[in-house]
Amino acid sequence: MNSTLKDFIGSMGIARLIIFAFFVFLCAAAVFLRLDLAELLTSSLARIGMWGVLVLAMLPAIVSGTGPNFGVSLGILCGLVGGLTSLEIAYRLQESVVMGPGFLFSLAILIALPFAVLAGFGYGWLLNRVKGSEMMIATYVGFSVVSIMKLAWLFLPYSSPEMAWPIGRGVRVQISLANRGITRILNDFLSFRIGDVIVPTGLLLFFALCCFLMYLFLRSKSGAAMYAAGDNPRFAEAAGVNVNAQRIFGTILSTFLGAVGILVYAQSYGFMQLYEGPMFMPFVAVAAVLIGGASVKKATITHVVIGTALFLGIQVIAVPVANAFTADWSSMGEISRKIIQNGVILYALTQAGGD
Amino acid sequence: MSTKPTPSAAPVPRDFSARSKEFFVKHMVTIMFLVLSVLGFILSGMSPFLFLMDIVARVSRNAFLVLSLVIPVMAGMGLNFSIVLGAMAGQASLIFVTHWGVQGLPGILLCMALVTPLAMFLGFLTGNLFNKTKGQEMIAGLILGFFAQGIYELIFLQLVGGLIPMANTTLVMSSGIGIRTTVDLTNGLKYGLDWPGQFWGNDLLLRPTLPWTVLGIAAAVVVAFLLYRFVLKGKIPSISHLVGGAACLGIASWWSIIQIQTSSQINWIRVPLLTWFVIAALCGFILFFSRTKLGQDMRSVGQDRHVAAVAGIQVNRVRIIAIMMSMVMAAWGHIIFLQNMGAFSTYGSHEQIGLYSVAALLIGGATVAKATIGQALLGVFLFHTLFVVSPAAGRQVFGDAQIGEYFRVFVAYGVIGVTLAMHAWKLLIQNRAKQQL
Repeated sequence: MNSTLKDFIGSMGIARLIIFAFFVFLCAAAVFLRLDLAELLTSSLARIGMWGVLVLAMLPAIVSGTGPNFGVSLGILCGLVGGLTSLEIAYRLQESVVMGPGFLFSLAILIALPFAVLAGFGYGWLLNRVKGSEMMIATYVGFSVVSIMKLAWLFLPYSSPEMAWPIGRGVRVQISLANRGITRILNDFLSFRIGDVIVPTGLLLFFALCCFLMYLFLRSKSGAAMYAAGDNPRFAEAAGVNVNAQRIFGTILSTFLGAVGILVYAQSYGFMQLYEGPMFMPFVAVAAVLIGGASVKKATITHVVIGTALFLGIQVIAVPVANAFTADWSSMGEISRKIIQNGVILYALTQAGGD
Repeated sequence: MSTKPTPSAAPVPRDFSARSKEFFVKHMVTIMFLVLSVLGFILSGMSPFLFLMDIVARVSRNAFLVLSLVIPVMAGMGLNFSIVLGAMAGQASLIFVTHWGVQGLPGILLCMALVTPLAMFLGFLTGNLFNKTKGQEMIAGLILGFFAQGIYELIFLQLVGGLIPMANTTLVMSSGIGIRTTVDLTNGLKYGLDWPGQFWGNDLLLRPTLPWTVLGIAAAVVVAFLLYRFVLKGKIPSISHLVGGAACLGIASWWSIIQIQTSSQINWIRVPLLTWFVIAALCGFILFFSRTKLGQDMRSVGQDRHVAAVAGIQVNRVRIIAIMMSMVMAAWGHIIFLQNMGAFSTYGSHEQIGLYSVAALLIGGATVAKATIGQALLGVFLFHTLFVVSPAAGRQVFGDAQIGEYFRVFVAYGVIGVTLAMHAWKLLIQNRAKQQL
């Protein structure tokens, strides 16, 4: 036990240790300041489930050797297109068929799938051509696609009144999911209370299911090939693995998980955020998996789960703790998020070492 | 690219079409933006007066910042996204000098003096970080910018007024903690450099009109050329360059004389001459620097770190110096930028500096591996042309200025993405070729 603990701390590294200490400090402060622990735990659980799948999207990208997917906004956009299209179908067909929220949610994922496969394929093809600079290119692919989609949102033919502005052009900045009953559809599924803590069972189950499927995949033969391609491309190539194909497959998987992830996020949040919304989301997901102990070259499901819990937990607890200290520190939550998020990415970059 | 081995000295006869094709391929990005800008200008239906007025202001305020990117490219560190840190330092000095109430040109000079050690220190830290992340400098710089944004907010949103005392009701929020979200430089540092005479009550000092400035520059170029040719006994440039240059000067002077004679609206446009002098001085400095020993070392490091190390150059030290220089220039550049804007958003106006400056440099035809002063200046001009005309063009064509605005932002991100991808691809092919040898 003692040695495993030591190994654990050793594998965490100094930056993560500081973050972990900060988390412990925040928890202690929350107890000490007599904050409403039940509420904090409730919103932590909801936040973890909300972001979980998006963080999981980092895994296939890192495993297949393309590094943390800074361009997961591509997948996020596919998910948003799926969501919008499914709402539009519900609106166009509402005279003849009434679609339940569960069906609409699944439909959104189904519609997002082909987009994610296509986009992921192209994106993976590009990443194979820029080996060694994937992270920077991915970031700018994400930025470029988000900004071209800002134009596309103005032109795409969505006419449902929930989405289109009554006057003018384009779709709204935020699209409410409440009208169709999709809001919190996963969160409220089988949810129960322990004391004052509300457990969003469906949400956590969905995250767990995704993790389990990913676990099965990584244990399978094709998962092993992906591991090999990411771990040692030359060796894998010699052993008959098509490294480039594995990298493309990993990117497609990551993009699709991004699409599912944003739909899970949106149903919990109650809105789909378009335009500027997806721009900086990848950085949160990247930071979360890195905080969990992943490096830009290695990641496991444990890293995803620990990282999501730690990073999102800090985000939830930091704000009320800072506010309880002094009302003037109202922005401390956001500031600490920025410093931790980008600090940990920088740390991981320095650990990867130069060429 | 500079590293490409030039074909052997044997003269290869190339016909005109092959040469023009090569020219087009080489300058694809710039030509594309030239076409886009001209098209946008025609579609927008803007008057030349409004356009020139806007463009003169924008180019003079942004050129210095874009030029600050040239030296790190020379040292092989790619596009220095960490200039955002320099911009933050510049902003910090503006806030404090505004607080102390120093105005006009003296205030700007004080800002620049104050920010220099701070920017050097930040540049030193950044350079060390980049030495730990060789090959990933750009993503490290980008993330460093976001990280520094957090630190900046911590200082100016939470610590000023508390730990850092500042009693100033116009600058500090009503709660007494944190700088307000916008800082107004009016009646203070605004136009401190662009309009230096204002401080001494002479509005027109160093503010000539645009046509006269063009005539003055044309005359200066002619005098400089004559000096170069007959006093320094320099080489005679090729006939095509000579004719081209003379034609450009001739057309510009002719246009200016017509504007003055017809006393058109153009004569209302006044040029911030002192700012132009500062920009010219920076250009001169970069040219001079690239010829010094350190500049040559920087070039060698940029071409091949390992070869440079074998040749006895302290690679890491040279790289740190490059980033420190860039950082100081960026801090000064941002001060020049903001004194022209006259007000700034305390927590936002530096965020986009990296994006827009890098995009401008690339539009001018620079790449990750090569950037010149000419490319930087041309890039600023083209980039801002697109920025000025695209909302107007969007309104004219689609009835919605928003479309033009979204388009220009996409262009900024897109051009960076495409250039980076093209460079990375080229690098991969070169490495493969090297391995096969």
